[in-house]
Amino acid sequence: MLAVDVNHVAKSFADKVAVDNLSFSVAQGEMFGLIGPNGAGKTTTIRMMMDILKPDSGEVTILGEKLNEATKNRLGYLPEERGLYKKLKVIDSIAYLASLKGVDRHSATEKANELLNQTGMLASKNKKIEELSRGMGQIIQFIVTIIHDPQLLILDEPFAGLDPVNTELLKGMLADLRNQGKAVILSTHQMNQVEELCDRILMINNGQNVLYGDLSEIKARYRGNSVLLDFKGELGEVPGVTGKRTHKGYTELMLDSKTTPQQVLAHLISRGMVINRFEVATPSLNEIFLKEVGKKS
Amino acid sequence: MNKTLLILRHEFLNAIKRKAFIIMTLIVPVLALIGIGVFQLISAGESPVVEAVTIGYVDEVGGFDQYTTQGYVELVHFDTPGDAKAALINGDVSEYFVIPSDYLSTGVINRYTLERQLETPLGIATVIKNFLTSNMLAGKVPPETVYRIEAPLDLVTTRLTETGEVATEQGGYGNVIIPGIFALLLALSLQLFSSYMVEGLGNEKESRLIEVLLSSVSPRQLLTGKVFGLGAAGLVQVVVWLASLPLLLNLASSTIGGFFSTIQLPANFLVLGIVYFILGYLLFAALSAGVGAISPSTHEGQLLVPIYALLAFVPLWFASLLFVFPDSPIWTVLTIFPVTAPMAVMLRLGVTGIAAWELAVSLAVLVLSIIMVMFLAIRAFRVYLLMYGKRPAWGEIIRSLRSG
Repeated sequence: MLAVDVNHVAKSFADKVAVDNLSFSVAQGEMFGLIGPNGAGKTTTIRMMMDILKPDSGEVTILGEKLNEATKNRLGYLPEERGLYKKLKVIDSIAYLASLKGVDRHSATEKANELLNQTGMLASKNKKIEELSRGMGQIIQFIVTIIHDPQLLILDEPFAGLDPVNTELLKGMLADLRNQGKAVILSTHQMNQVEELCDRILMINNGQNVLYGDLSEIKARYRGNSVLLDFKGELGEVPGVTGKRTHKGYTELMLDSKTTPQQVLAHLISRGMVINRFEVATPSLNEIFLKEVGKKS
Repeated sequence: MNKTLLILRHEFLNAIKRKAFIIMTLIVPVLALIGIGVFQLISAGESPVVEAVTIGYVDEVGGFDQYTTQGYVELVHFDTPGDAKAALINGDVSEYFVIPSDYLSTGVINRYTLERQLETPLGIATVIKNFLTSNMLAGKVPPETVYRIEAPLDLVTTRLTETGEVATEQGGYGNVIIPGIFALLLALSLQLFSSYMVEGLGNEKESRLIEVLLSSVSPRQLLTGKVFGLGAAGLVQVVVWLASLPLLLNLASSTIGGFFSTIQLPANFLVLGIVYFILGYLLFAALSAGVGAISPSTHEGQLLVPIYALLAFVPLWFASLLFVFPDSPIWTVLTIFPVTAPMAVMLRLGVTGIAAWELAVSLAVLVLSIIMVMFLAIRAFRVYLLMYGKRPAWGEIIRSLRSG
């Protein structure tokens, strides 16, 4: 059963098409990146998945069925812009929002204590939300998102505004959740995070599908025929290399269409060259993103 | 527990912990107790001695020389206006009047005083009138007749039931007091809870918590929970008021007596009070939910609340008119128009009572309006919930409500 199945979904607002015939699916146990520039339609797509907005056309299936009260209890949603009841205590906020996900108060308090302890926030459990820093509030909101042990997590810009320590903490927790077989959807424009965490991605721009599929396959598709090399000594003539570009700390070698990186590596080793780094040049997701978004616009 | 109930409980607990709620709820019994206490403190002291007043008069007609003691007022005769004026300036008399020689044909009496007054105090006018009447009739009719002419009427009205028995519920101002006060409190309470509703929704929109809530519950569950949660808190408030009324009245009539012992609670008042509170509340809550839905911020929502909240007070503005023209058709209109119905019904209960058909129509219209407004509010909620920072134009709102 797919965690999410979005089929030809479209949504327009008064003067703008926000999402245009979008289809994708997310499997269980998968970390899925939903990426795109600001205003690409990511949040609208998520809101349609959450049944907060109704699509103009198309269908969304969550955990095998149309979103209903029971499925709502099995998903966790962290919206892009965060907020909790400012006057309420941390533990009461968590318990109330967990109760709306069908968790009884006793289990909610127990699990909340465990998660607060795990995130180093146990000492703040009786503080009011308004007394917390922004980052701490965000951690609390993340706890609210996962406290009911959801099968599907949808996180809109989860790392925005977090310091490096909390970012690492969150990444670790997300990896654990994925390993437990949960589906995680990360919506973000921070490409490095997606590159590090996600198995598959959907890149959208102007509400349309730009790139969709396995991250490593996509990167391979965008791979140019060049290698990155850091070496000692004189490079000299290398068969099949049509050009050289020197960067700080390494040299990029452009290969002709008949030559593979393996052949170049074998040649260099046969010459007894000291090689510190040899890497098939792969564009970063950021570069692919800029290229694709630039192409479409 | 059902999610609607969870939201209801959360909203109820939040509302009753608020300072404004606690103050509003307790202020009625506390103020009444303080009032009774203050009265007892004052009346426990020596009863005030009514100071004798001396009024001068000049009789240019002749014959006005008897009955110079009228209650606490002593009338002193002066020969000329000059003497009377001198006595007034010396402080021997507090004022004087002249019965001019043509009094019998004109009826004019000239009164002189050092004080600036809006009009002659009723007590003084009565004293002068009785003095003149008594003297003019002296010797011509028996003294009892003189008294009767001075006070010809002590009207005692008794309301009978249709079977001719004395009705348990009699008229009079004593009947109006409680429904009047209750109507005012009801309107204030409706306004308070309208602003709670708009504020709550505004905060959830501003903090974007609404999205988290809607990922757990449906807009209908959220709105229903909020409306009934705040409604339960409102009901607690009204029940505290209504329950404290009979107790306070007993206390007041036994310690103060007088007018307080004539105060009655109209029949059906408690029942209709609660029914109209609940329905009035639901209508206002639904209106407020709609306002909360289309307003981008708490602040802007709060600005819209008075538009309908003030309508609730309209029957109170016309209350004095009700006493004079209790059968005016305007009262039927105010009783049936849903926003003014709760207040209009409370006020009319105390004055004249309300025909059964009017109550039936009023309740039916109120219930229908609640259903309609709630339906529109949920629609507006769904459409405008996620609009932050910018309120849609009215034309756009109406269009989207039509199309859904």
